[in-house]
Amino acid sequence: MSTSPLLEVQNLVKHFPVKKGVIPRTVGHVQAVDDVSFTLERGETLGLVGESGCGKSTVGRTLLHLLRPTSGSVKFEGQNISSMSRAELKQMRRNVQIIFQDPFESLNARHTIRKILSEPFVIHRIGTRQERNDYVVALLNRVGLDESAADRFPHEFSGGQRQRIGIARAIALKPKLIVCDEAVSALDVSIQSQVINLLLDLQQEMDLALIFIAHDLAVVKHVSDKIAVMYLGKIVETRRSADIYSSPKHPYTQALISAIPKPDPNLRTERIILAGDVPSPISPPSGCRFHTRCPYVRENCKTEIPVLESKFGGSVACLYAGSLQVAKSA
Amino acid sequence: MNLLEVKDLSVTFDTDERTVGVLDNVCIDVKPGETLGIVGESGCGKSVTSLSIMRLLPQPAGKITNGSVFFDGQDLLSLSKEDMRTIRGRKIAMIFQEPMTALNPVQRVGVQMMESLKLHRSDMSKEEQRQECEKLLDRVGIPEPRLRLTEYPHQLSGGMRQRVMIAMALLHVPDILIADEPTTALDVTIQAQILELIAELQKQSGMSVIFITHDLAVIAEISDRVVVMYAGRVVEQAKIKDLFENPRHPYTRGLLGSIPTLDGTPKTPLSTIPGMVPSFADMPSGCRFRNRCDYAQERCKTEVPALKETGDSHAVACHYWQHVAQSTST
Repeated sequence: MSTSPLLEVQNLVKHFPVKKGVIPRTVGHVQAVDDVSFTLERGETLGLVGESGCGKSTVGRTLLHLLRPTSGSVKFEGQNISSMSRAELKQMRRNVQIIFQDPFESLNARHTIRKILSEPFVIHRIGTRQERNDYVVALLNRVGLDESAADRFPHEFSGGQRQRIGIARAIALKPKLIVCDEAVSALDVSIQSQVINLLLDLQQEMDLALIFIAHDLAVVKHVSDKIAVMYLGKIVETRRSADIYSSPKHPYTQALISAIPKPDPNLRTERIILAGDVPSPISPPSGCRFHTRCPYVRENCKTEIPVLESKFGGSVACLYAGSLQVAKSA
Repeated sequence: MNLLEVKDLSVTFDTDERTVGVLDNVCIDVKPGETLGIVGESGCGKSVTSLSIMRLLPQPAGKITNGSVFFDGQDLLSLSKEDMRTIRGRKIAMIFQEPMTALNPVQRVGVQMMESLKLHRSDMSKEEQRQECEKLLDRVGIPEPRLRLTEYPHQLSGGMRQRVMIAMALLHVPDILIADEPTTALDVTIQAQILELIAELQKQSGMSVIFITHDLAVIAEISDRVVVMYAGRVVEQAKIKDLFENPRHPYTRGLLGSIPTLDGTPKTPLSTIPGMVPSFADMPSGCRFRNRCDYAQERCKTEVPALKETGDSHAVACHYWQHVAQSTST
C-alpha cells in the first residue's frame, strides 16, 4: 500500500449552469463549490460546516461521484475518481458510502428492509441467498434493530430507526469512508444521541473515516477530529477541532461559533451578530466573498481574493487573520 | 398575577380509527413581560398547546375536552368566534416555524400585512396603513421596506420571511407573542439575529413571549422559565437556572445529558434515553415515561404522577423526583 491519504481533494470546483428562457440558455453559473482542497486519513473525521447554500452537501456528493466535478480532482487511496472506469468506480463505491438526512427519501418505500439491505450484496455479487439473509440479520443487530424488522417496510419505522437502517446499508460492504450528510439533523435529541453513539462505535470498530456534514456545530464538535468551515463555496478555515472552537481565526468562523446557542443559562454570552444574509452564489461578491458581512472589512478585501494559507496549525483564508482586533479599532 | 393561565387542558384528535388523547391536563401560566419556554420532542404536544390557546386546532379533528384558558380574566375557550377574533392577532399573536407556509405565496407582502390592519384598524387610511407596515419592517431590520412590501414571499430569504412574520405579529403590539419553533429552519447566524430581535422587541414593548422549541440550548439562551412536556403532559416546570442546574424529572435529566456540548469531551459516548417516545395510540398506563425511565417502580404503572410543587416554583410530575434530585446533585 502507498502512503497516500485515504482521500485527497484538490482544487475541487463544481458549478451548476443557470438556464432561462423558452429555449433554455445558460445565463450564469451557481458557483456551488469553488476551489476546495482537503485531505482525510483513515479513521479520521472531518466536520464540514457552514450555512445553507455554502456548498457542503455538494462537496459530499462530488466525493462519491454522484456529481461530476467541473474541475479539480478527488483521489481515493491515491487514485483519481474522475478517470476511473465504470468497474473501478463500482469498486470505489464499495469503499465510500453516504447517509442522508431523511432516510425516508433514500429508502425505497416499496421494498422490505431485507431487500434494501441485501441489495449491496446483490450488486457486488457477494454471498449466496442464504448467506445474504444472515448478513442482513447481522447488520440489523449491529445497528440495534430486531431481526423481525427485516420483513417490514420503511414507513413502519420511526425516524431514528430509519436512520439506523440507512446506517446498516452504508456499513454493509465494510466501507472505509462514510459521508454523513446531515445524518442526525432531523432526529429528536434523545434519539440523536443514540445515533451519534452508534456512528462513533462503528467508527472505532471498523476504522472508518467520516465526513460529517451538519449545521449543528455542537454535534460536529463532538464527532470531529478536524473541521472545515465553508462560506459561499469556499473553505475559509480548516483546523483541528479543539483549536477552531477555542480560538477561531476567520471572522466568519468567529461569528458562526459565537452564534451557537449554549445549553447553559449562566452562559448568555455576547454574540457576534452578522448583518444581512448570505449573498447569492450566482454572483458572489468580489474579492473576499465574506466582505459584505465582515465586521472587520477593509478596502482591499473588496478586490483581493484571500487564499487558504497555512496558519495557526491549520489554514485560514483571510487577509487579516490574526490581526483582526487591530483592524477593528483602526 | 398571571397574564395567561392554562388549566387542566385536555385535547383529543379524531383519527380514522379512533380518538386519541393528545394533551392530558396541561397547566401553564405566563406572567406579564416574561419569556416562557416550552420544550419537548416531536409529538409531545407543545404545538397543540399553543394552537389550543389560539383556538386554532384543526377542525373538526381536534377537540378540547377539558380545561380552561384564562387570559386577562376571561376564558378564551368560552368566547364567541367574533370575540376570539378580536383577541387573536391583537392581544395574542403567533409566529410559526416555516414562514413560507404561513405566508400566502400569491399575495404581495404588503397586502398580507395590511390585511390585518384593515380588519382591526379601519380608522387608518390606506397610506397610513402602508406607512405603519414600513415602520415595522424597518424595526425588524428589513432594508428597503417600501420595496419589500411590493414583493412576494418567495423573493425573500428565510430569515427575511421570518422577520416579516414577526413584523406582522407586532402590528398590534400584542400582550403575548407565541413563537412556535421560529428559528428551527434557520441557520445559526440568522437564528442569532432573530433571537436578538425578539428579545429586543420584548424589552421595548413589555410583551410576554411563549417560546416553543425542541432545542434546549435556545431555551437556555432566552427563557426566564421553562415547561418541559413529554407525550402530552407537562412533566416539569421551573425557573431556567433551576431546570438546568437541578433537573428533577428523569426525562429532563435524560434530555440534558443527551445534547452534545461545546465543552464536552469529543468522541465519548453521549448519555441516551433508551427506547423512543410512545405513540398516542399506544400510551403506557400510569406515568407515560416509565418504559424509558431508570427510576420506574411498580407504582408508576398504575398511578399517574400529578404535577406537584416541590419548592421554589419548581414543579415536577414524578413519584420519585427526590431520588432523581439526589443522584443529580452527587
